[in-house]
Amino acid sequence: MWKWFHKLASPPHFYRLAATLIPWLAVPGLMLIAYGAYAGLFVAPEDYQQGDAFRIIYVHVPSAYLSMMAYMFMAFGGAIGLIWRMKLAHAVGAAAAPIGAAFTFLALVTGSIWGRPMWGTWWEWGDPRLTSELILLFLYFGYMALRSSIDDTAKADKASAVLALVGVVNVVIVHYSVEWWSSLHQGQTLFKEGGPAMDASMLYPLLAMILGFTLVFGALLARRIRTEVLYRERRTRWVREMILSPEGGK
Amino acid sequence: MVAGLVAVTRRDLLLAWKRPGDVLNPLFFFAMVCTLFPLAVGPSPEQLTFSGPGVLWVAALLAALLSLNSLFLGDHEDGSLDQLLVSAQPLPMLVLGKTLAHWLTSGLPLVLISPVLALTYRMPGNVMGVLMLTLLLGTICLSLLGSIGAALTVGLNRGTALLGLLILPLAMPVLLLGANTVSLAAGNEMYTTGVWALAAYAVAAISLAPYATAAALRISNE
Repeated sequence: MWKWFHKLASPPHFYRLAATLIPWLAVPGLMLIAYGAYAGLFVAPEDYQQGDAFRIIYVHVPSAYLSMMAYMFMAFGGAIGLIWRMKLAHAVGAAAAPIGAAFTFLALVTGSIWGRPMWGTWWEWGDPRLTSELILLFLYFGYMALRSSIDDTAKADKASAVLALVGVVNVVIVHYSVEWWSSLHQGQTLFKEGGPAMDASMLYPLLAMILGFTLVFGALLARRIRTEVLYRERRTRWVREMILSPEGGK
Repeated sequence: MVAGLVAVTRRDLLLAWKRPGDVLNPLFFFAMVCTLFPLAVGPSPEQLTFSGPGVLWVAALLAALLSLNSLFLGDHEDGSLDQLLVSAQPLPMLVLGKTLAHWLTSGLPLVLISPVLALTYRMPGNVMGVLMLTLLLGTICLSLLGSIGAALTVGLNRGTALLGLLILPLAMPVLLLGANTVSLAAGNEMYTTGVWALAAYAVAAISLAPYATAAALRISNE
């Protein structure tokens, strides 16, 4: 177990592992998204209340879920990096932040587009989920701003890890805000007692989209970690040897 | 353990006493932001009563942010921060002492002058009491949360903008609870839940934030 852990933490090993992982994540992910997009947009029936407008959930729900998932990657990466002084974990955090910010932005935009016909407004300050998601976006901005304003990578890693961990409290509030404050946002549909309150023809495309988005997120993350590792290890021998080797770093 | 806390608090209070400008500036800022709103949105009594709690809370939040930049800056510049870091006393307690002194010189005065400003917003007496109570708990939370941000940015020379970007998202739940509790009280509705939630937030912040601040200080001063 520990041997495996140490091996995973070694940058050259992870650099190669990520390269083999990326196609295995990206190809099924993109296929699932293609199926989910087709089945969700053309096959699934109209919602009896919301009509065609409900179809935006096929982008909105996976984005909103990944916006929090990416934050968790950042926070856990930071925690592992602080506790076990594992440099690679910090690289995971650094790589996850911009992807998470992008998904948060996507969730906000799609939610806003959906809100216009459904709630009659682009933006509703009274809704805690919207506000919390916006705060999440600001947390990502703060994390990236702190990172970019510290020149020393090791120091930037640790400082931003502390910030990410403090912000976890906020993500918890995001998650439970629906129950804490009375909300305009729809309640839980997928994960609730008695199974999902959704017809199978609508549900399966959504599940496919969530899984597909997650896999593509994994591929993007692996890609970014590779770049991050390469940049951080740019003065080491293995990087030089790899670049000078016949394969040229493939 | 407590000796270090008391010593640091006393030292910071003494420093603040010798330099009253640092204490007064955020207060003037608070008063001035509260003056800006009636000038901008118009002096109608209904408007002021309606927006009073929110305006006072936002002004308090900004004033707290303004004062946070200097929390560790002086100590960092003259080297006494390094002395705190190598001290035999537990760092979280020392940090708590510094934060306590900061709150006594920035948060508490703000709470004390808030009724005067609330008066100009035509806030009735009982609501004023709720405002003071929520600001009392809220400024404790803000000082503690802010100390984390101040510790993270202490050596960076990036000023208040970065600090605001780090702290304001974390402070938003406090603002939301505080301002809405006062609004509920103004509308003669049940407001005790908000007060308890703020109190819970303050207790959690007192117990956890000093550790985060201590860790951040060690990282910033490696």
